[in-house]
Order: sequence, then structure tokens, then C-alpha cells
Amino acid sequence: MVSSLGKISALVALVVVGGSIAFSSQAAQQKTLTIYSGREEKLIAPLIAKAEKDLGMDIEVRYGDTAELAIALLEEGKNSRADVFFAQDAGALGALAKEKRTLPISNTLLAKVEPQFRSSAGQWIGISGRARVIDYNTKLVKPSELPTSIAQLTNPKWRGKIGWAPSNGSFQSFVTAMRLLEGNQKTLAWLKAMKANGTKDYAKNAAIVEAVGKGEISLGLVNNYYLYRFTKDNAKFPVAHHYTRRDAGAMVNVAGLAVLNTTDQKSDADKFVAYMLAPKAQTYFAQETNEYPLVKGIQASQKQIPLSQLKPPKVDLSNLSDLQGTIELLQEAGVL
Amino acid sequence: MRRNASSPPLFLVAIAVIVAIAITLPLTYLVIRTAGVGTEKLINLVSRPRTLTVLFNSAGMAAFVTLFSALIAVPLAFLTLQTDLPGRKFWLIATTLPLAVPSYVGSFALIAAFGPKGSLLQLWLEPLGVTELPEIYGWFGTILALTLFTYPYLLLSVRAGLMLIDPATVEAGRSLGLNQLSTFFRVLLPQLRPSIIAGGLLVALYALRDFGTPSLMRFDAFTRVIFLQYKSSFNRNQAAALALLLVALVLGILWLEYKVRSRAAYYGRNLSIVQSPVIVKLGASKIVALLFCAIVVSLSLFLPVGVTVFWLWRSLASSNTAYGTVSWSAIAQPALNSVAAAGFTAVIATICAIPVAILAVRFPSRVTTAIERCSYIGFGLPGIVVAISLVFLGSQYLPWLYQTLPMLVFAYLVLFLPQSVGTIRSSLLQLHPQLEESARLLGRTPWQTLKEITFPLVRPGVLNGAVLVFLTAIKELPATLLLAPIGFDTLATEIWKATENVSFSDAAVGSLAMLVVSMGSTLPVLLHEQKTSKR
Repeated sequence: MVSSLGKISALVALVVVGGSIAFSSQAAQQKTLTIYSGREEKLIAPLIAKAEKDLGMDIEVRYGDTAELAIALLEEGKNSRADVFFAQDAGALGALAKEKRTLPISNTLLAKVEPQFRSSAGQWIGISGRARVIDYNTKLVKPSELPTSIAQLTNPKWRGKIGWAPSNGSFQSFVTAMRLLEGNQKTLAWLKAMKANGTKDYAKNAAIVEAVGKGEISLGLVNNYYLYRFTKDNAKFPVAHHYTRRDAGAMVNVAGLAVLNTTDQKSDADKFVAYMLAPKAQTYFAQETNEYPLVKGIQASQKQIPLSQLKPPKVDLSNLSDLQGTIELLQEAGVL
Repeated sequence: MRRNASSPPLFLVAIAVIVAIAITLPLTYLVIRTAGVGTEKLINLVSRPRTLTVLFNSAGMAAFVTLFSALIAVPLAFLTLQTDLPGRKFWLIATTLPLAVPSYVGSFALIAAFGPKGSLLQLWLEPLGVTELPEIYGWFGTILALTLFTYPYLLLSVRAGLMLIDPATVEAGRSLGLNQLSTFFRVLLPQLRPSIIAGGLLVALYALRDFGTPSLMRFDAFTRVIFLQYKSSFNRNQAAALALLLVALVLGILWLEYKVRSRAAYYGRNLSIVQSPVIVKLGASKIVALLFCAIVVSLSLFLPVGVTVFWLWRSLASSNTAYGTVSWSAIAQPALNSVAAAGFTAVIATICAIPVAILAVRFPSRVTTAIERCSYIGFGLPGIVVAISLVFLGSQYLPWLYQTLPMLVFAYLVLFLPQSVGTIRSSLLQLHPQLEESARLLGRTPWQTLKEITFPLVRPGVLNGAVLVFLTAIKELPATLLLAPIGFDTLATEIWKATENVSFSDAAVGSLAMLVVSMGSTLPVLLHEQKTSKR
């Protein structure tokens, strides 16, 4: 009798506690800013924790792949619970803006970032910059042998020695930039020549950097920040950066934010965007993720050459969301 | 098969119908989205050479993987159950454990070992002047990896079948003058057909739905191409159209399986006399048998475990911090979450699969067959497609369930239920219906018959099915990322995050934890199975 009473009271306690947890989380949800982040948890979580403290708001983050989250946001449509989207590349932000899932960002915030790093219609804003580079194996290639433009990569001396990631978003942005700069015909010819030259396919930028380190290939077309993750684990990792000038190979893409039109806390969302553009967060990106801070006056990490010295081509990033044309070109060239 | 006079119990039909409808929900979504493509574009998409190549690649890959898996699994099942193979008990367990190796970890290990440049093998051969090995990427690597990590499906199924074969049939064969080899081919193999076909179906569908291997091996299978379509153009309609094409391929395979599987019944075991199986003496061929087992286990089990431990050791050696200890404690919660979600799924899947399997076997009709076939569709679809379809359906129609744990479990059910249906079905096929009929004649209700006769006898199949569901659910990634409650990290999401972040130490810790949890959950079932087989 006593034991069954005990069981019943335990059960009741469980229900009460469970119910109150459920209730409190429901109550909290009204004040919680929900972010879908295509940016990695390991890099971003510490910054989010700081933002929670400094802004005095609850933030919850769903981490995932940028493209998959963008598609989920499109499918959720008006039923979405997300307030902000933190994307790895401008293309995904552009796709959401195109389907009218975003709200305009205020002009004061937009003004902090160079026009080339944000949506021309103010629908999204770049937070940090990511430069395309050529990573090379320092044991296999002398600096004097390096190409000065991506056009030279089709030279027979690089036969079978270059790696790229045709399915990767950054690579496709780079090809899109090339199309905008040089036209479809020239881009197609270059892609075909690269393929004919035995350029190897990889699934990811990181896999390319790893393959360059192993000597499986000599050169890799990647983003600037991957290398540092390898050198962190292995200081003797035999890979270094090389930059081309003024061509698509030197393009700078952005990771950025969009406020979603389903948000029920626009002012909190705006505060979060402002926080990511403040010096504290911008310095964090420079030092911790080895990306380029986009707000004027914040220095890049010592390891990298400054953004002002990079000679990126003049490309409107908003136009990079026209990936369909790039995909078709990549498929025509037999690359994808 | 003889027609069963009685009609199926209503509660079974009700459960089975609900299960079938729920499982085929994602199809509705695919049809809605495909309708948005437009006729002209659709014809264009379906008839372009690339789509046809992908269709050919996927079908060919599934066929070869199934064939090679059968060539590995059938001899292994026989060797580990019915011969005097030295270390038989060890091989019995070791040959099953590759099931616990996620295909992306396994494929990565194969590339690390046999990749063209900078791999273990190439570095060993370098002093001999070998600077580059032949490409592992493409057809070869994909088929090799998928075979190595999916043959256990067939193995489990064939073993369960082998244990239920009446040894008297083997003895009869012998006494009629058949030698060992012809006994195997003429007595055992025909009786194993339902198990081989059921296991083969799971292998073929698993090969079609796997994403990790084709993407690491750079092979243009449907999963990779659908993923590219989503990723690069945000075009949900075209991706859905491609997925529907994959559904057509899956339906084709299901139809083929339906045609191939014999309609004869296989029950034969006389339960009043439990005899131990005839043990075959291997004699001189012992060495060949041992070598065969050793090669399979080395590639499919020792290699991935070894490479994972090596990563961990290398990254711990190169960083002098207390990194290891921090990561181990950080992995505890995801490990618990994984076990909880996958375990819960395994239980629910079993409850849902039993009615479907019983209806299909004991009350065969167009309707019950259709229900059983329907349950397989989700297993042939890539995880991302099912995940996105449930994002759409969940957020529109079930907002109170969307992105909660039950929703995640439901996604796992859609993806993995047929593994349970398949194993239970093949166990049931070998169980004589007269046993159940006698129980009914003796006044038992259908429910009592199920509880007292059917369940205990098909237990090995039920347990195997539950383990399979558990093992695949624990590895699942895309649905977990999109449908789990925020902050509900699992081992799979942790490994993914670590690889995104190129943190080899974290990826290794996560992979090892997954191997330990998966193997830890497989072992008890295998040991139990061994105990019952020894009876």
C-alpha cells in the first residue's frame, strides 16, 4: 500500500515537473530568437553565447547545411519558426530573397558594409568575407612555378595535379563569377580544358586541402580559411596559399545574415544583426575563424594578406544566386 | 500457398493500414512538387542523357552490390553456423559487426588505405617505386564499400533462415547419396531462398539510398545527383522529380523481388523435436575458409576501426592539450540522445512491422501485399528527400509535432521500418501455420495465438529487425539535422559537425563512440542468437 502510494506520488511529481518544463519552455519560446545556421557550431556557438549575454536575450540555433536549411526554410514557408538565417554563402541568401522570405535590413546597418558585400535591395547583409585561393603543396611546387591567373591552370604541366569541388557552393559561386566576368563561352572553354587536363573532383574544400597535403594533387581551388584548421592539428602541414589577381580565382564571397519574413520579433532580429556587425563580433571572425571582417576599420588576422590588398574582381554578389546557369554550364562541360 | 479460410483479425489490419499510409506520406509530397516542374521541363529532365546515366549507374550499382553481398554472405552464414571452422564463435560475431560501421566512416577508411596517392598502401609500396595506385573512385570503390558494409544484412537474414531449416532434410539428402557440396546446393540453398531474397532486397535498397559512399567515391548515383540539385539550385521541384524517378527504380526492384520470390512455403521444422544441425567437417579447405573470413573481416571491420583509432592517436599526439578528455565528456550526451532516439525507434518499428509482416505472410491478398510493399518505399529514398518532405508536411499540417522527438522518430520509421518487416516476414515464412491453426482450434483468440505461439517462435527475426533499425537510425543524419528538437545532438550530427570543421580528433572520437555503441547493442543480440542456436 505504502509503496504503491509512493509510486503514484512519484508519477504525479513526474507529470507536474514534466508539465512545468514543457510549459516554461513554451513560455520562453515567445522571447527566444530562433536562428537557422549553416555556419558551423564550433565556430559560431561561442559568439552566440556572447550575444545572448550582451543582448540579454535567449537565442536558440538549429545548425545544419546551408543549402538544406535554405530549402527547409522555403518548405516551411509561412509556418516557419525561424527568425534569422545565418548562411555560409551569398547564393543561399539570394535564393531566400528571391522567394520573398526575407525582410529588408535597415539602412544604418547596411551602410557599415561595402555595397559589394551585401544585397543591392537590402534583403541580406554580408558579415564576414571568404576569399578564393589556390592552395599548393610546398614540397611539390616552388613559388616561382605558380600560375599568375586561373587561365594558366589548363597548362599541361598541371595535368592531373589540380583538385576542385564542383558540387561545392563556393566553387559554383566562383564559376558564376567567372561567367559574369568573362562570359559563358570562355568559362565553358576553361571548364572543358580543365577537365581535359585531368582535374580531380572532390566533395569538399577540406578534402582538397587534405589531398594537397598528402601530395595526391599539387594545387587545389579552395577558400582561404580551410588551411588553418589543418595547420592547427599539424604545424608541419606542407600547404600554403597563393592568390591570383583580378580574376574570378580571387573572388571574395560572404557569409551573411537575412531576417526572415516569418519573424515575430523583428526588433530582436535587428539587434542580433547589429551585434554581428559590431567590432567585438567582427574581430572574432578575423581572429577565430580566419575570415575577413567586412565592417570598415576592423583588421584581418595577421596570417592573411589584408582585404584591401586582395585584388578581387568586380562582381555583384547578388547575381551569384543565378546558379542554375552555372549548373547547366558545369553539366555541359561534363564537370558535374 | 494455401488460402487461409479465416479473414485477418481487424486490429492487425487497422494497424497495418495506418502504418502503410504514414510511410507513404513523403510520396504525396514528391508528387506535389513534381507537378510544379511543368510538363515540358519534366520531359526534358527525365530524358536528358545525364539522368539516364544516373539511372543506369544506380541500377547497376544496386545489382552488383547485391550479387557480391550474396557471394560473401551465404558462404559466411554456412561456415559460421554449420562447419567446424576454427574460431567459429569469433567469426560468427566478427562477420556481423560491420553492420555497425557507418558507410561514410568505412568508405573514408578505404580511401585512406587504398587511395591513389598518400594512402597507407601507396606509402608502403613507395620504396618499390609505386608513386600512384589505380583509382579507387567510381564504380569500383562504390561497389566495394557498399558490399563490405551491407553484406551483413544478407548474412543475418541467411543465418536466421539456416537456423530454422530442419536438419532432417540435410540428413535425408545425405542418405540419398548427395555429397557435402551437392547437399549445400540442392538441399540448403533452395530452402534459403526466401532469406536470401529478403536480405538481398534490403542490400539493394540500402545501396540505392546511401549517400556517404557515392559522394566520397565520387560516383554519380541518384542520391548524389539529387543532393546536388537541392544544393546548387535550391530547386525543390526538379529534385523531387529525380526522387520520383528513384521511387520508380525502387518499385521496379520491389516488383522484381515479388516475382522472384517463390510462392511456395518453406516451413518444415518440426518443433516437437529440436535437433542440432549437422556439422560439416571442412578438412583441407579449412585454410581457404579461414582466409576468406579473415579478408572480409579485415576490410569491413578492422580497417575502419583501425583507421579511426589511428586518426584519434595522431591528433592526440600532435596536440599537447587535454583535448581527449574534454571531447569524451562532450560526446556523452549525444551518445545518450542517439541511443534513446534509435532505441525508441527500434521498439516502435517492431510494433508496427509485426502486423504488416503477419498480414503479408498469413493472409496473402492484393491488399496485404500492397501494404507490405508500400512499407519499403521510404527505405529506398535518400534521407534528405524524406527529411525535406517531412519538413513540408510537418510544418504545414502538424505544427504541434514539428521538430519534436516524436517527429524525428516518425522520420526514422519512414526510412527504416522495412528492415524490421523484412526480417520478421522471412522468419514467419518458415513457421508452419498449422501451429497457429491448432492454437485457434484449441480455443485461443487471435491475440492469444499471436502472443503465445507466433511471437516466441519468430523472436530471432524480430530481434534482428530491431537491431537493424537501431543501427541505421543511429547513423541517420539529414532528417536528424532538420527534424530533431533544437539542441538535440546525436553522434551522427557530432561526427558531421566535426568533419565540416575538419576536426579529425572530434570526428574520430564521435566515430569510435558510434562504433562502441553500435557494436555494444549488436553483441547481446548475437550472443543470444548463438545461445538459442546451441539449444
